[in-house]
Amino acid sequence: MVGNSQAMRTAWIEDMLSVLPQLAFLASLQFTRRARRRSHPYGYHRSMGAGHLVAGVALLVVGAMLAYESVSALVKLEHPTIGTMNLFGHTVWQGWIMMAVMALIAAPAVVLGRLKIKIAQPLHNKLLYADSKMAKADWQTNAASIVGVAGIGVGLWWLDSTAALVIAAGILKDGWDSTKSATSDLLDRRSKGVDGTDPHPLIPAMEEQLHALDWVRTAGLRVRELGQVQHTEAFIVPESDTVTLAQSEEARKVLEGTDWKAYDVVVTIVPELPEFLKQG
Amino acid sequence: MFRHSSSRTRQVKAAAALGCVFMATACFPAVPVDPEGTLDTVRSGTLRAGVSPASDFVEIRDGVPQGAEPALIEDFAQHAGAEIQWTIGGEEQLVKQVEAGQLDLVAGGITSKTPWSEKAGVTRPYTTAIDAKGKERKIVLLVPPGENAFLSELEYFLDQTQEMP
Repeated sequence: MVGNSQAMRTAWIEDMLSVLPQLAFLASLQFTRRARRRSHPYGYHRSMGAGHLVAGVALLVVGAMLAYESVSALVKLEHPTIGTMNLFGHTVWQGWIMMAVMALIAAPAVVLGRLKIKIAQPLHNKLLYADSKMAKADWQTNAASIVGVAGIGVGLWWLDSTAALVIAAGILKDGWDSTKSATSDLLDRRSKGVDGTDPHPLIPAMEEQLHALDWVRTAGLRVRELGQVQHTEAFIVPESDTVTLAQSEEARKVLEGTDWKAYDVVVTIVPELPEFLKQG
Repeated sequence: MFRHSSSRTRQVKAAAALGCVFMATACFPAVPVDPEGTLDTVRSGTLRAGVSPASDFVEIRDGVPQGAEPALIEDFAQHAGAEIQWTIGGEEQLVKQVEAGQLDLVAGGITSKTPWSEKAGVTRPYTTAIDAKGKERKIVLLVPPGENAFLSELEYFLDQTQEMP
């Protein structure tokens, strides 16, 4: 059914690929739930980042392969062949059927994508966010493949490979974005919001909480992402030389109480903020 | 995918899509179009047919193609109102010519599993034959790649006249 249309083929592969982030999400979910133990003192939250990276690299590779195929079809001036089908005794050009099917399956993808984006934000799950963005773009893929097949229909053979190239570029972009964001998370970059807000809005919120404590002169936070949660280390410069155990515990509780995402909060009392935290 | 629709709405959607397909076919009879205009040149005079000898399908007697496939091509030429200009040769040579657009149609007991589908357009199978191993093979014709109007017209003719497995 996919026939000789490069655009249809690429759209088909894109549809297959769109389960990749979902699979990565489900696979990593098995690990993130594991309790931490002595050998894994930070827990298994990072598995989400590993899944994100694998999915991103897979998208990059497939996107590059598909882009190469489209370009080579254009260069070789390959004319895609689409014949007919016998539908209830009528000879019907298959291109019409392809376009009808692509139009039909475009709608549910858009709906699902919107639903997923709704839950990805509060869950602070980048993998799910990337996946929902892909699903939202699915209708564009389908529209592009319809344009490609329509092009073949009116004799513009090159429109098919061009549409395929556009779809492949979309896959490449998804792959690049995912790979980039997963890699920077794995490199312990300062955490960002799912939508890319830098720093994560939680960081200034927590710093403000600390500054509100009367024994705190100033404070800085080092926050990195472990999958869905934020591993938080607080550096506090106290007003006086004596800090009680109760005060340090109070600071920790305040931070943990700010948001469920604040995970594994560690409080360190320092005479002066570290250099890297003083910069903006 | 269709989690939100019941089987009934799904049927309605499928029926609507099918309706659109028939409407489109009726409203745009000129689609598909040949990028190189093969169907037009055939209708305005000559069908350049290539045949390669194949038992049960194509025989060459005194330089004249005979057998089931040449007869089929003659019928199609009559249907399209064209004179036939025959080329007799080996399959590879004929495929090269059809790929380059120097031939409009190639026959020679070619099966649907042909590796030439990379180079040329392939029709739907119009008949079957039993090969040397006793396996059933589907027989097809080759056309220039991407000449979809010509391919559609040929397949329409085959739909009307052949068993079409």
